[in-house]
Amino acid sequence: MSALSLGGKDAASQAAGRRLAIDLKWLPRTLVLGLIAFAIFGPLANLLLWTVAERWYFPHTLPLEYGFTYWAKVFSPRGVAWESLATSIVVALLTVICSLALAIPAGYALGRLKLPARSLILLVFLIPQAFPNLPVYVNIARFFYDVGLNGTIAGVVLVHVTHGLVFAVWIATASFAAVDAELEEAARSMGAGAFRAFFDVTLPLALPGLMASGIFVFLESLDEFTGSFFVGAPDISTLPLLLYTAGAGGNYQVASITALLLLVPSIAFMLVVERFLRADVLARIGH
Amino acid sequence: MRDRSIGLLLALPAIATIALLYLMPLMASATGAFATEAGFGIGNFVKTYELYTTDILYTLVIVSLSTVIIAALAVAIAGYLTLGENPAAVEVLRWLYRWPLFIPFIVVGQVLRTFLAKNGLMNNLLVAAGILTPLQTMSFLDWRGIVIAFVWKQTPFVTLLLAGAMAALDRGTIEAARNLGASRLRILFEIVVPQVRTTLFVAMVLSFVTMMSVLSVPLMISAQSPTMITADISFRINAYGDYGVANALGMISLAMTMAVAVFYLRQNLKEKAR
Repeated sequence: MSALSLGGKDAASQAAGRRLAIDLKWLPRTLVLGLIAFAIFGPLANLLLWTVAERWYFPHTLPLEYGFTYWAKVFSPRGVAWESLATSIVVALLTVICSLALAIPAGYALGRLKLPARSLILLVFLIPQAFPNLPVYVNIARFFYDVGLNGTIAGVVLVHVTHGLVFAVWIATASFAAVDAELEEAARSMGAGAFRAFFDVTLPLALPGLMASGIFVFLESLDEFTGSFFVGAPDISTLPLLLYTAGAGGNYQVASITALLLLVPSIAFMLVVERFLRADVLARIGH
Repeated sequence: MRDRSIGLLLALPAIATIALLYLMPLMASATGAFATEAGFGIGNFVKTYELYTTDILYTLVIVSLSTVIIAALAVAIAGYLTLGENPAAVEVLRWLYRWPLFIPFIVVGQVLRTFLAKNGLMNNLLVAAGILTPLQTMSFLDWRGIVIAFVWKQTPFVTLLLAGAMAALDRGTIEAARNLGASRLRILFEIVVPQVRTTLFVAMVLSFVTMMSVLSVPLMISAQSPTMITADISFRINAYGDYGVANALGMISLAMTMAVAVFYLRQNLKEKAR
């Protein structure tokens, strides 16, 4: 009995020793993870502080006064933010509609049908990602200026569609390729027409991937700066353009509030992206 | 045959959009680079060489340095996610590293412009912690700021691709090496990284191209001379309406990315020949 209890005590002290060792092992880990957390959240915290800072100047560590006067100013009925926000959302929605209208038939053809030069066509959709696109935007702006599209919503949407089409086509192709072709054949053999089989069987099954590509195109359009800067400014003001002009004018509060508006959807997307893009779709991208 | 023509018909509108709104302007940029007032010639490139040689080298150094740092950090993070023995630490890191993934460059520019400034939160915290005196603080808003912004934004992207490729590896060889007593560092560099080399190179090339195209970060963090090619192109257009030199600069940035792509393809071919 006494030997047993002694053994138990021994084991307990051993366990305590092990726990201490584990704790010591956590020290470098915690330090490194803490540094990474600071590198990521430090700048973001700084942005949040700027959105509520009334007065903040060197050498004060933190703002001298906090308040929401800049929020009130930005979001006042005649404030700049509403107009830019509305423009951004209209442009992004139109971009999604146009991109998907182009990408769904193309993705179906590339993912399901036998296409001549299929890999060449997929490669063409990759080109906009393979070269710096600034020279392209500069020349599109020049061309749009000649045909009267410069400074119009349509012009900005067209630029965003070209950019978003890359992702839309690749994800749509992967989504359709991941749908079992036999299901559509079964529907056809039971008498469904080609369109019925597509809209009732294939499209619903490919929908999660297509939604992901839609959301991605929406975000890309919302965040796009360079193309809008050359084609849209100064007549069209999207949120990124507002952020740029406010920042260039030294108004860090307005710039930070605009940046926060753009930050929220991108972080939300980062947190949910895996739910939309299933592994079997991801694995087929580029095949 | 009918199937094929229907397929082409379905893909045609998308192809036409890319051709009209991407390939045509790309051609226009190539021809525009050689169009001078005196006709077809290399005048724009001579002018570019005289005015912007420093900026071209500056761009090359910044983007190359950023690519190397991004690759090193991505290998470290993805390596720990694959080989880490503590599930809690792996989970925390997996949750942590992705945050900047979809944050747009323009927001990154604004966030880091305020964070890295002389009176930014980083310096303020260092002063408050007694590490620096207010007089010792300095602004990082020069080439270092641009590199930090690129690394901050692009590391999650490369890590994501790399961690995906590492997760798909056969665990057998890793476990075997571990049983034979190989250290985790050795497993990472001798077994894991060589197998995901292609993914790493592709992610690095994509990152390189992305950084070469970014206009907002150099404009917001350090637009005074020397600056990056993208800022010069924008300045050339907005201040002078000088499409010739702007297109010549564009061609040079295209040539730089082509060089990287060709280097990658040659490495790839060499390996296949071996």
